[in-house]
Amino acid sequence: MPELDSGATAWILTSAALVLLMTPGLALFYGGMTRSKSVLNMMMMSFGAIGLVSLLWVFYGYSIAFGEDIGGITGDLSAAGLRGMLESGTEGGIPDLLFAGFQLMFAVITVALISGAIADRAKFGPWLLFAGLWATLVYFPVAHWVWGGGWIMELGVLDFAGGTAVHINAGAAALALALVLGKRVGWPKDKFKPHNLPMVLLGAGLLWFGWFGFNAGSAGAANGAAAVSLINTQVATAAAVLGWIVVEWLRDGKPTTLGAASGAVAGLVGITPACAFLEPLGAIALGLVAGAICALAVGLKYKLKYDDSLDVVAVHMVGGIIGSLLIGFLAIEVLAGEGNAGLFYGGGIKLLGLQAVGVIAVLVYSFVVAYVIGFAIEKTIGFRLSADAEVEGIDNAEHAESAYEFSSTGGGGGAFAAAGIGASAVPKPEPTEPVSEKVAG
Amino acid sequence: MKLVTAVIKPHQLDAVKEALHTLGVAGLTVSEVQGYGRQKGHTEVYRGAEYTVEFLPKIRVEVLTDEIDVEKIVDAVVAAARTGKIGDGKVWVTAVEEVVRVRTGERGLDAL
Repeated sequence: MPELDSGATAWILTSAALVLLMTPGLALFYGGMTRSKSVLNMMMMSFGAIGLVSLLWVFYGYSIAFGEDIGGITGDLSAAGLRGMLESGTEGGIPDLLFAGFQLMFAVITVALISGAIADRAKFGPWLLFAGLWATLVYFPVAHWVWGGGWIMELGVLDFAGGTAVHINAGAAALALALVLGKRVGWPKDKFKPHNLPMVLLGAGLLWFGWFGFNAGSAGAANGAAAVSLINTQVATAAAVLGWIVVEWLRDGKPTTLGAASGAVAGLVGITPACAFLEPLGAIALGLVAGAICALAVGLKYKLKYDDSLDVVAVHMVGGIIGSLLIGFLAIEVLAGEGNAGLFYGGGIKLLGLQAVGVIAVLVYSFVVAYVIGFAIEKTIGFRLSADAEVEGIDNAEHAESAYEFSSTGGGGGAFAAAGIGASAVPKPEPTEPVSEKVAG
Repeated sequence: MKLVTAVIKPHQLDAVKEALHTLGVAGLTVSEVQGYGRQKGHTEVYRGAEYTVEFLPKIRVEVLTDEIDVEKIVDAVVAAARTGKIGDGKVWVTAVEEVVRVRTGERGLDAL
């Protein structure tokens, strides 16, 4: 058993915390983009994912992803409950349990990413059910395929920090759910402008910050690969911000803050699979391409008429595809390993072909299974909120709260409240009638 | 007694207020409203999609006055609100049957 490397262990401990922060960051990023009447539900989908997926990961998720391989398809259940790991090994110099904790954060955010496609209109209970089923049937096995010794890893597909396993995976599921749930009331005729752009920028900033743990932490050690990943993550993201806003400037006439924030995330997504395999100039090229193409890809939903509300498909699926495929062009052999030079660096077409296999496999599998799960939920317990509740606002309908209470006349002690406008406390009567709203909820 | 109601461009509010102040108008009420007239709305492009904005933000100004001052007030509001571009708004006058000052109970012209 390798000895424990305290430098590596300290860095992965830190990285795990950084990656956790990405999910609340995502909640802010997504939450700011919704309308003010649905920001809480948007953020709850992320926090719900933190709660549920963390536990599933311990129960069996880690074991399916990283347990003993069964036929290249799944891990076994030998590590279910993380039992037997308390005193177990220090693979690569860090405790196995730390690796399990670091990877837990990836599972959480991958599930949370999907929620952006179904803003304003998905009932919360069914969302949690979907999150649990999708994590179980899609994320855990796909993480095994890509990182846990499964068939994609064995093929030699390169995915350093999650272009396929995280972003294409979540993006394809997002597309499936957007199709299952359908368009929001008024879309695409009405304008669905973000209600709080400073919040979007704060969320993008937290994602960017946490992403250093995501990418550089994926080196699994405090080493050269971590350093390459860190600088590449920074410059690819910077380039993507510029790439996105330039496209916007030319197409729409003005560069927007939403574009800058989306460009940053597109760059982060794009560099994720490739961050340890490129030179910084390659990372800049990748970032520019990811930013520009993802900016163009947000137009797809208007042409094809699917309401991917917060552009999860355009940013995560498309960005993940770009990053995964560009490895085939831009990888450098000394970083990516013997025989893994990209097309522009004297390599052949083989690596690009392998990358394409990884992309297509994860995309198709995730889309199909997500569609089936989503469709089954919609047809049984119902996934989509009623149109009435959607128009009134999902925050109040699903969570009995609203994000912003600004009125000086409303609220406790306010003039409206005193006059009986809004709710005031009344002694609860014994329920006589069946509370139909609640049951139907 | 008359009620002068003006729907104006938001940017002209300050000029209208100053003009009324100069005339010695003692009080007015303003509210944010949305609407369109002959200029209709316009189209906007955001994040690659084009939208029609039908209702534009306007300010409604309301002034209570007597029969003598009403013409001067209308003229002052129109002059102050005009930019010469489409969408400058409208001013209209309606008859008011009764006015009461809440604090004192004064009625009619005394309440103005």
